[in-house]
Amino acid sequence: MSSAVQTYSDTTSAVFGRLTWDSFPFHDPIILGTFAVVALGGLALVAALTRYKVWGYLWTEWFTSIDHKRIGVMYMILGIIMLLRGFADAIMMRLHQAMAFGDATGYLPPHHYDQIFTAHGVIMIFFVAMPFVVGLMNYIVPLQIGARDVAFPFLNNFSFWMTASGAILIMLSLFVGEFAKSGWLAYPPLTGILQSPGVGVDYYIWSLQIAGVGTLLSGVNFVVTIVKMRAPGMTMMKMPVFTWTALCTNILIVAAFPILTAVLALLSLDRYMDFNFFTNDLGGNAMMYVNLIWIWGHPEVYILILPIFGVFSEIVSTYSGKRLFGYSSMVYATVVITVLSYLVWLHHFFTMGSGATVNSFFGITTMIISIPTGAKIFNWLFTMYRGRIQFEVPMLWTVGFMVTFVIGGMTGVLLAVPPADFVLHNSLFLIAHFHNVIIGGVVFGVFAAITYWYPKVTGYKLDPFWGKCSFWFWLIGFYAAFMPLYVLGLMGVTRRMSHFEDMSLQIWFQVAAVGAFLIGLGILCFLIQLYVSFKKRESLRDESGDPWNGRTLEWSTTSPPPQYNFAFTPQVHENDAWWQMKQQGFQPPKEGFLPIHMPKNTAAGMVLAGLATVFGFAMIWYVWWLAAASFGALILGAIIHTFNYKRDYYIPAEDVATVENQRGEVLA
Amino acid sequence: MSNAVATPAAEGGKLEFLVKGDHHPAQGTLLGFWIYLMSDCLIFASLFATYGVLSMNFAGGPSGADLFDLELVALNTAFLLISSITYGFAVLKMQQNSVRGTMGWLAVTGVFGLCFLGVELYEFYHMIHIGAGPQRSGFLSAFFTLVGTHGLHVTFGCIWLVTLLLQLRKHGLIQENKRRVYCLSMFWHFLDVIWIGVFTYVYLMGSMV
Amino acid sequence: MANPTRFPSARTVGKTLLATALALSLAGCNWVVMAPSGDIAAQQADLILWSTYLMLIIIVPVIVLTLMFAWRYRSSNKNATYKPDWDHSTNLELVIWAAPLAIIIALGALTWVSTHKLDPYRPLDRIDAGKPVPEDMEPLVVEVVAMDWKWLFFYPEQGIATVNELAAPVDRPIKFKITATTMMNSFYVPALAGMIYAMGGMETQLHAVINEEGSYEGFSANYSGAGFNKMRFEFLGQSEADFAQWVADVKAQGSPLSRPAYKTLEKPSIDDPVRYYSEVMPGLYDAILNRCVDPGQVCMKDLMKSHHAHHGEGAAE
Repeated sequence: MSSAVQTYSDTTSAVFGRLTWDSFPFHDPIILGTFAVVALGGLALVAALTRYKVWGYLWTEWFTSIDHKRIGVMYMILGIIMLLRGFADAIMMRLHQAMAFGDATGYLPPHHYDQIFTAHGVIMIFFVAMPFVVGLMNYIVPLQIGARDVAFPFLNNFSFWMTASGAILIMLSLFVGEFAKSGWLAYPPLTGILQSPGVGVDYYIWSLQIAGVGTLLSGVNFVVTIVKMRAPGMTMMKMPVFTWTALCTNILIVAAFPILTAVLALLSLDRYMDFNFFTNDLGGNAMMYVNLIWIWGHPEVYILILPIFGVFSEIVSTYSGKRLFGYSSMVYATVVITVLSYLVWLHHFFTMGSGATVNSFFGITTMIISIPTGAKIFNWLFTMYRGRIQFEVPMLWTVGFMVTFVIGGMTGVLLAVPPADFVLHNSLFLIAHFHNVIIGGVVFGVFAAITYWYPKVTGYKLDPFWGKCSFWFWLIGFYAAFMPLYVLGLMGVTRRMSHFEDMSLQIWFQVAAVGAFLIGLGILCFLIQLYVSFKKRESLRDESGDPWNGRTLEWSTTSPPPQYNFAFTPQVHENDAWWQMKQQGFQPPKEGFLPIHMPKNTAAGMVLAGLATVFGFAMIWYVWWLAAASFGALILGAIIHTFNYKRDYYIPAEDVATVENQRGEVLA
Repeated sequence: MSNAVATPAAEGGKLEFLVKGDHHPAQGTLLGFWIYLMSDCLIFASLFATYGVLSMNFAGGPSGADLFDLELVALNTAFLLISSITYGFAVLKMQQNSVRGTMGWLAVTGVFGLCFLGVELYEFYHMIHIGAGPQRSGFLSAFFTLVGTHGLHVTFGCIWLVTLLLQLRKHGLIQENKRRVYCLSMFWHFLDVIWIGVFTYVYLMGSMV
Repeated sequence: MANPTRFPSARTVGKTLLATALALSLAGCNWVVMAPSGDIAAQQADLILWSTYLMLIIIVPVIVLTLMFAWRYRSSNKNATYKPDWDHSTNLELVIWAAPLAIIIALGALTWVSTHKLDPYRPLDRIDAGKPVPEDMEPLVVEVVAMDWKWLFFYPEQGIATVNELAAPVDRPIKFKITATTMMNSFYVPALAGMIYAMGGMETQLHAVINEEGSYEGFSANYSGAGFNKMRFEFLGQSEADFAQWVADVKAQGSPLSRPAYKTLEKPSIDDPVRYYSEVMPGLYDAILNRCVDPGQVCMKDLMKSHHAHHGEGAAE
């Protein structure tokens, strides 16, 4: 594709940069077919939305909304859509590897396969796991701390659209040009301009940079929200555990994402302006990239898992009908993990040859993290002990998580022993390990969280039958897909291979492919669950706002909560604030409502992020005039936005009274 | 209203579970901006670390001792430090509720900022002109990126400053504008602190090798 | 430094477990990482087993307790005790923190000792568990270059070079010096020893020994672009006599590796055949490492020397 760059005229290239007809994959039947499906599906969706006249509703109630609940839901939808894309990549890889043995070459050409494993990793981490985690924090944290919104509601909307903008760019790479063939962390010198002259790495850089801005701002937003906006009486040691983990996660985001921004900027300078940061010649040092990206990358792992630890803490305590065992040790464990996550990055490249003392230092710091993590597991265990456990679907996910995650933790500590890592590094054992903790931890946790908080968001529960189907398919599918990879790793099989000679390995890959297929069924059951539950919503409806006999403040308001969350700000006296309120026979007030001060919706976030998308696209394709214009417009748009001083309004007391009394009628 | 939570169970403990008045949480903008600055500080930390790693990778090209004109850099440092002081005067005037005084000192600050940028651009132009551009070596890549990123921040500071002047002229010293003056003040002083690091670590130590 | 026969029984225990696993799996599968043919890799396999056993002390009870509590305290079991407000026990919390801590102290000590003992930069002091390296035995030096996308091996002692085929006599220590032309790769022969990165302009080292004759797989274990998949070579562990014969064959069948021949070889290529070079241009490996193969290029080490003799651009150590 890049060979076409030289062949067309200067005028065309001034207008279109390096974008040509060859950039569109007309010659590739797989991609063309995908494109046809996506395009038809998209058209059908647009037609349906127009037919039922929902564009206006979407625009005013969702796209421009600065309500943290709406934004949270949009993050979750983004995560689900991208999960489908990331999973499509996964099943393509699994099928290909199960086929490509001996004389059979598999159905994917190597350059396509290499893009798929890169895209799979990038999408699953940045555009599936991150939106899920940020979405959960968005919806739940303000409710748990008794706040009416986040500290910076407009910024929150902007953050979402920046994340979506990154996702749009990465999806675009499927149909216009190509994606990086580099692995998900894009190590130079492979990603330098000499070795990767195409647009793939540029798609990688700009989609992550743009989404990264969104994540960073969202991190700042939530730290301030949690520090400043807690309900009166909620001291730090009375915060719900999910909020605690969210606080630590957002501190990690603020302290880690700038490093990603910096290192990608340096790589861009190498690629766009011939700088010599990571080149082999002229004094560059590629090892510096590996160090810097992992100084971001390891905290990133904890950014994903910490909130999920919080989710499980809430769930295990609710369904056991018990206070969480060892609240303070849970909090200290979270803080210790947060700090230690910065002291372990080198364990991702013991094989660089840093010397025995450095390697064993980082190996041992890594192992130390397993102490607070182990304490957390024990705390959940003893929350179940002498409880009265209701095996609703979220609790199934939790038990599945506890059993699966400790196995992943064990293989992780094993990989932290440097001499053991020398034989297992980059092998399928490593792949099995991190899928073990990410699927067994983050993914199970996200599904548990969705099932747990769904009635809060929609007012009706998810259908448990399909939820159980989804759980069992995921659980069995996970073991079938990844246990063979552990075995293959011990056979010395390395990652990112597109073809194998040793026929005796094939059976393991075939089992893994079956496992991936089962996981696919798990995802399908989840989607069916959403549909079936919507159809049966009247019988699944929860009028109380507290379907699980919950313990924290989000269950004290209606489901779905009113725009302002709480008519009166709660006053907190101890942990499990709502549980205490119920114990004391609290009744919601029926009069005396006051006007509520709320921020106004705005389209600015969407417009600015849209300009950022255009800017990213123009930079990827070297369309310099468009890049300059969109960047100028972005700055100008941001400045114009600051001239808008009328950003809030009051919900009149009568309206509040109407909403609140409706709830009273329902409960009565 | 007062009997809304007066339930039999609550009577003994007399616990109030709702804040009855109009409750506004604390304003978080200054804290949020501070946290943003700390994240920005980490970008600079990464760039300083990069410079530290590459500072001897001359690849046969010129070193800092060959290139840096310390007198010029000292002048530039003076511009930036003075601009921080004049920003301080602007904040003092703001506390006395003088719009004109605030705007005047802000304008002076902006002029010093532009002087700083002018000298920096001259320095860059000169270095590129003699073949010591950022493409020449790892050291020069790191130098241009670290110093240039700081310069880019000053540029954005100047754009923000002009915007703020327009907003002050339009709305005067209202609460929102005061907050913005404080935020830009943090930003401006933060850039000063970074520059002290750059001046010491890059220019002074670079000239000694 | 440490007792050379430190973990004697681990593999015996492990083999019983492995045998079970193997019986369940397909016959004929080669778990090469767990059953290698070189002493270093064997010690690494032992370490994997020992670490796993240590961790299982805590993992197994956790899994058992999880399932047990989940069953026993299910809501339908009204016989089980229910204590909704019990949320703290100092003694229990001490155990909760102390148990993992104890395991990690043990594992940490094991890590510290084994990392130093199995440091790839450390010259070997034993051939295998019962045999120290004889005083007069010098290691066989092999200089390894990861190229796009093939492996080039120099044998300075023998004055030969090969592509995509590596040979060494059994029971003689080998010292690998490893670098790369452009991409970062990882030099890995699972049967012999753990891997180490091959990076342009830098040199890493690996000390290892092969104890059994045979043909083993070697490959790059770090994705390096289009030809990565085929970046594989055969590693031959040979008797002294066979090795001498192999060297003679290389000398007889090979052509000289001159600068032009190297420049041709340097061009990116995929799935290269085995090549033999009967003699090698002097200092070629050093020139590749210092990125000055072309005449007129200044070598990296000289660039550094001219400015600052004290600063090294070497491998990350």
